Amino acid sequence: MKAHYWLALVLSLSLLATTAPGATQPLEPQKAGVEIMEKEQQAFYSQGKDMKAEIRMELITATGEKRTRVLTMLRWNDPKSKNQKYFLYFREPADVRSMTFMVWKYSGKESDRWIYVPAVDLVRRIAARDARSSFVGSDFTYEEISGRNISADAHSLLREEKLGGRNCYVVESVPKEPIDYVKRVSWIDKTTFLPLKEEYYDVQNQLARVFTADKIEEVAAAEDRERKSFPTVTKRTMKNLKTGHRTEVTFTSVSYNVGLQDNIFTERYLRNPPERWIK
Amino acid sequence: MRRLVSRGVVILGIFLLLLIENTRAAGAQVETGKEQGGHKIRAKLSSDETFTKWKSFLETLPFELHGFWEAHGGLRAQDDPHESKTATLGESRFQLHLFKALDWAKFRIKNDFLYDGVAEEAKDDLREANALFTPFEFMEMKVGRQILTWGTGDYLFINDLFPKDYNSFLIGRDDEYLKAPSDALKASFYTQAFNLDFVYTPQFDPDRFIDGKRLSYFNPQLGRLAGEDAVIYPRKRNEWFKDSEIAVRLYREIQGYGLALYGYNGFWKSPVGFDSQAGRATFPRLSVYGLSARGKVWKGIGNFEVGYYDSREDRSGENPFLPNSQLQYLTGYEQELAEDFTVGVQYYLEQMLQFGTYKHTLPGGSQAADEFRHVTTLRLTKLLLYQNLKLSLLTFYSPSDQDVYIRPNVHYKITDHWGAEVGANIFVGEKDHTFFGQFKDNTNVYSGLRWSF
Repeated sequence: MKAHYWLALVLSLSLLATTAPGATQPLEPQKAGVEIMEKEQQAFYSQGKDMKAEIRMELITATGEKRTRVLTMLRWNDPKSKNQKYFLYFREPADVRSMTFMVWKYSGKESDRWIYVPAVDLVRRIAARDARSSFVGSDFTYEEISGRNISADAHSLLREEKLGGRNCYVVESVPKEPIDYVKRVSWIDKTTFLPLKEEYYDVQNQLARVFTADKIEEVAAAEDRERKSFPTVTKRTMKNLKTGHRTEVTFTSVSYNVGLQDNIFTERYLRNPPERWIK
Repeated sequence: MRRLVSRGVVILGIFLLLLIENTRAAGAQVETGKEQGGHKIRAKLSSDETFTKWKSFLETLPFELHGFWEAHGGLRAQDDPHESKTATLGESRFQLHLFKALDWAKFRIKNDFLYDGVAEEAKDDLREANALFTPFEFMEMKVGRQILTWGTGDYLFINDLFPKDYNSFLIGRDDEYLKAPSDALKASFYTQAFNLDFVYTPQFDPDRFIDGKRLSYFNPQLGRLAGEDAVIYPRKRNEWFKDSEIAVRLYREIQGYGLALYGYNGFWKSPVGFDSQAGRATFPRLSVYGLSARGKVWKGIGNFEVGYYDSREDRSGENPFLPNSQLQYLTGYEQELAEDFTVGVQYYLEQMLQFGTYKHTLPGGSQAADEFRHVTTLRLTKLLLYQNLKLSLLTFYSPSDQDVYIRPNVHYKITDHWGAEVGANIFVGEKDHTFFGQFKDNTNVYSGLRWSF
């Protein structure tokens, strides 16, 4: 018991030492909130120079009816900015098979999105907006797949507490512009900065949706000639408490720093998916 | 036609052989799978179980095999004095899609076997049979039968002169069938500064145009609506290398904005010319030059496209039986107005050049076209029930022709494999000779059911 107290004390002191320059007073909750969320975004959406994963989404209704989406995702971080590029190749279900989807995500403005429909050899621009459009009919929105702009919310560190044996920051994020939720509360692992749980409160201030990180795995990869380990959420669930509908997402074959290049994320490969990366 | 059917039989034969060849191996795998997860599988719906077997069988194949089976039916909502059948659509279609990627090339075959109850024939429609090579890092080549599309319009095509199947579009077949295949060679070049697509079609691939067999249309020579009584049999352009087409696109992306220049040298894709001596419809020579831009505008996506249609056989506009040159303009905007609710609008303008000469030389009693044809489109799309239910409405309205074409459609994904739809093609027009008005006796409703794997 005593040892725990000591550990907690040391941890909080070290946090103060690293995050608060003066280290004499605790940080303002707002400033701490923003800093934690920046680290969370880095850990959750931007680890490594690039990433490749097989994604399986199961969309499950309250009565247990299940639909499945299977896709390959490639992500590339622009080394010169905070921008990212995504490439998705759909495998299932049959009606979207072989379709490809490309996103150029910018840190300060709306993303550019393209879809390619191979049956008609058609490249289309997608008008859907980042904020609240559902991603392929799941309980996740586009921005919950690729990250919401930090400056779109006012963040505030509420408290620190344990969740499932892990030490967490609890951060509240309030959207600056009205959207379908008024408040998000995130439990962020102090060590990995991955979100372990998120609660979304609707306009009646009732808990409407809950995100949980169900499985976290260490993925080893080389970076700048060093062996690194990237903690990765490989299983996650978003549950809608109002409808009982939920989406379970499993990441398999996750790899970082595989050597993706900027030129993959172009119309050329949208029309002719790069076999090397999507196999 | 007989050659087509026999080819279909051969392809079907190959498929069946491959299926039989692999059945035993797949069967064995499924058995093992069952033992391992016995409870789970048995607890599932029987249709799921069948599909699990089918899926593990597909995975044993040395290539990717997918496809669908579908049944589609449609009826005219009114009598058509020029067509003997009330049904506009009545078919059962089975599509097989084979894909194989090797290190040096990708191969694709997509073939539809169908029984068309309206035409009363079994058909084989080879949609794709092509190979894609990358001979150099900066170059790709796709050779064979392929579907080709470019341009920025939403069902309005200016610089896309690849063949369209308007029959399929107007009777409610899947949108996929608006595009007819081309037998072509496509070479693509990629450089830092721009990309270039070059498409060579050695033998002209016309549209699958409205010829009167299934849908009635306005026949300018007869000066009235016509159908089975005046089926169009145009003079064919089928000489290899002589009746060839070239289409070129030069494009690049700048800051998320797609810019493109286009060129085409070939023929009017539908038989809009008429040889008055032979009394036959023709495909006159045509060149097209155009450009387009597309990208983010305000809160949505905007596009602009323009094309100059050089009607090479009648540049002066003096021959009333050949189309004049034209300028075509298109501008569009699409935005997601609310969650899963998207609205798209377009404005299209077609300007006939040498209009004075056209008016002057038009034979007395003929229906004169306008110098300017305006078309506006409105597309509303709403997704519901976790995007499994799609309500869509596409409306074409021409204030100059005073005609309307409305395409409502409701599509529901029953499961990941089953889909059902109902829809309609509604034509309204003051006059018989206008673009959409001529189809008013073809107004139809349709429904379909599809199982995909």
